[in-house]
Amino acid sequence: MNAMNFNNPFGESTNHHILSVLVQNRPGVLARVASLFARRGYNIFSLAVAPTENDEFSRITIVVDVESAPLEQIVKQLFKLIDVVRITELDPRRSVERELMMATVRAESDVRGQVVELTNIFEGKILAVGVDAVTVSLDGSPDKLDDFEELLRGYGIVEIQRTGRVALPKLDREARIRAVKGKAS
Amino acid sequence: MSGKETLTGAQALIRALEKESVEVMFGLPGGCILPAYDPLLTSSIRHILVRHEQGAGHMAEGYAHVTGRPGVAMVTSGPAATNMVTPLCDAYMDSVPMVCITGQVSTTAIGTDAFQECDTVGITRSVTKHNELVMRADDIPMAIRQAFHIATTGRPGPVLVDLPKDVLQNTMTWHWPSDDEVSDSMPGYKPNTKGHPRMIKEAAKLILQSERPLLYLGGGVLKARAAEVVRELAELTQIPVVTTLMARGAFPDDHPLCLGMPGMHGNATAVTAMQKSDLLIALGARFDDRVTGKVAAFAPEAKIIHVDIDPAEQGKVRRPDVPIVGDCRLVVIEILKAIRELLDGGDKQADISTWRSRVSGWQEQFPLHYEKMELGDALKPQFCLEKIRDGAPEGTIVCSGVGQHQMWTSQYWNFTEPYTWVNSGGLGTMGFSVPAAIGAKVGRPDRTVWAIDGDGCFQMTAQELITASTENIPVKIGILNNSYLGMVRQWQEMFYGERYSEVNLGGGIPDYVKWAEAMGCVGIRVEAPEEVESAIDKANSINDRPVVVEFRVDEMEKVFPMVPAGASNDDVILHPAQNDKREYLR
Repeated sequence: MNAMNFNNPFGESTNHHILSVLVQNRPGVLARVASLFARRGYNIFSLAVAPTENDEFSRITIVVDVESAPLEQIVKQLFKLIDVVRITELDPRRSVERELMMATVRAESDVRGQVVELTNIFEGKILAVGVDAVTVSLDGSPDKLDDFEELLRGYGIVEIQRTGRVALPKLDREARIRAVKGKAS
Repeated sequence: MSGKETLTGAQALIRALEKESVEVMFGLPGGCILPAYDPLLTSSIRHILVRHEQGAGHMAEGYAHVTGRPGVAMVTSGPAATNMVTPLCDAYMDSVPMVCITGQVSTTAIGTDAFQECDTVGITRSVTKHNELVMRADDIPMAIRQAFHIATTGRPGPVLVDLPKDVLQNTMTWHWPSDDEVSDSMPGYKPNTKGHPRMIKEAAKLILQSERPLLYLGGGVLKARAAEVVRELAELTQIPVVTTLMARGAFPDDHPLCLGMPGMHGNATAVTAMQKSDLLIALGARFDDRVTGKVAAFAPEAKIIHVDIDPAEQGKVRRPDVPIVGDCRLVVIEILKAIRELLDGGDKQADISTWRSRVSGWQEQFPLHYEKMELGDALKPQFCLEKIRDGAPEGTIVCSGVGQHQMWTSQYWNFTEPYTWVNSGGLGTMGFSVPAAIGAKVGRPDRTVWAIDGDGCFQMTAQELITASTENIPVKIGILNNSYLGMVRQWQEMFYGERYSEVNLGGGIPDYVKWAEAMGCVGIRVEAPEEVESAIDKANSINDRPVVVEFRVDEMEKVFPMVPAGASNDDVILHPAQNDKREYLR
């Protein structure tokens, strides 16, 4: 994460867009989506996938780096996949986003207290404690995770894993969901 | 259907194909697909046994091109499936409806690197409109119904169904899914065929207002069976028409409004008319790089009306002013209505007579041109083509491979009817013509089918003439043999300082006449201009077996005009004999 993002109230650099893609929950559907991105030269920034409340469908949340191609082309090409049922572009300002991060951080006994305090401030969890390291977890908005990660870096990150974000539209009165499709070819 | 009927997966497959009205399929059996070949013995479906799986794919394409119905190919797993990749990709690029059935190793062996196993759905994912690995015999009818539905609706394309051997052997309870069941099974697939009414009105207005309009027809016009209504539109508005490589035949070449083919080897008038127009009405065309040349310099003053059934084509290359997603035929019918309403309401079409006369000026100055032969000169390929064209019976279907001969055929043939031109446009698959011609002849046995081929192309798939001979499919092959990979040679001459690298196929090998005869065909060799007509007459008179005519043509002949790759259409290279008239292209 770069410093610009670090101070951005939305945690977004302007060339990232979130696509919430509802797909039929069938074998190979993720491979179809991934190979379409590869084939057309689009970049995936992060991706998360899981079944929805209806197990016939899965929701794939893709954060795309739209400098690699116009968002419109990505959406249209994605919609040509037979298994793709609906694509919604989520405006980061009008949606709720969450991401989970786990990190193992170097923490000799002299600084362990500081790491624990930091984790508590961020309302994270201590998952495991070793002689010279701790494993912590934090879920929250991606920018909060960015901040936390940046601060942990000073202690020395041994390993880190982030899930990639998942998102749903906000429930405010004008949840600005841009339904970008409905027609296929 | 009353009662419950138990079938094997293989029986269900063949019955499903019969229910989809499949009359012919092209294929070659092997280990994993073996179960499906047994019920085929008692089926109404004619199976054509090919010599290489690629041939089956291109035959299915040729069949689909001329009939408008999906071509069907069936082959086994592993190498057979990988041999099918080229035709699938070819069909995908040119939007050809096709259903391909592949065998697969048993479900229990999938993933074990079993004999003749490959990840067929993985390999073909990016070259098919859709593909599916079927894991239960009960799912076969639905998979086949979906495949035909997807292949033939929306933007047509190839669909592959991968069937493991045990799935074909297992029993299932026969059930033929209803239309509703099929559409319910694909909630994300709803092709939009009717254009947006507001956009259609916009288009009608723009068409009437423009002073330099041009109809730009692509292959989608043929796929949508829209040739007739497009002609009505052209005649009502008197707007000139260009037909891309994929749309040759969609508008008659002998029509006064027809300017012929634009693009890299398009004629100077068609290329320039696009550049100078103020409105391009693109129908089922995709602004291919071979048509636009350098995109930034393409038709700089033109507004764009883009009618295409694939929303992803809108704005992919050039942002349209009026995008219309829909079926070309339905949309053009609506545009015609809207234009008539405007005219009835007192609107007048802008005066396009200046534009028309400019265009005809170009046509007069820049006809297609090649040096006429003098006594003892090498045979000109264009001359051979003119003779084949002039000797061809009414309704002849012409197929081609890829390269110089393809461009000459497109340039010099006189297309007067849709679905008489079969070629590989998008993928540019050398070796396409022989099998495609066989498929075309199977689809239209009432028509004469000529394949115009190059010597390089012919050597890639010629073995399918054995299929043609044994299956009694009397196609005619004209090889324009210039002993070179001619188009590559042309590029090396023009852009690589005449440094010829690995393009010479000469040396008198193979002997095409002997080769043809060995495959059960009649072989004829033509070396001099005076032999051309009699050879063609002889070929046209033989209808009980395939004929191969080898024309030994000028090795150094080049295709003109030419827009070099990446150059602007404004910088079209004319035939040297026309260069001094360049200023007329203003």
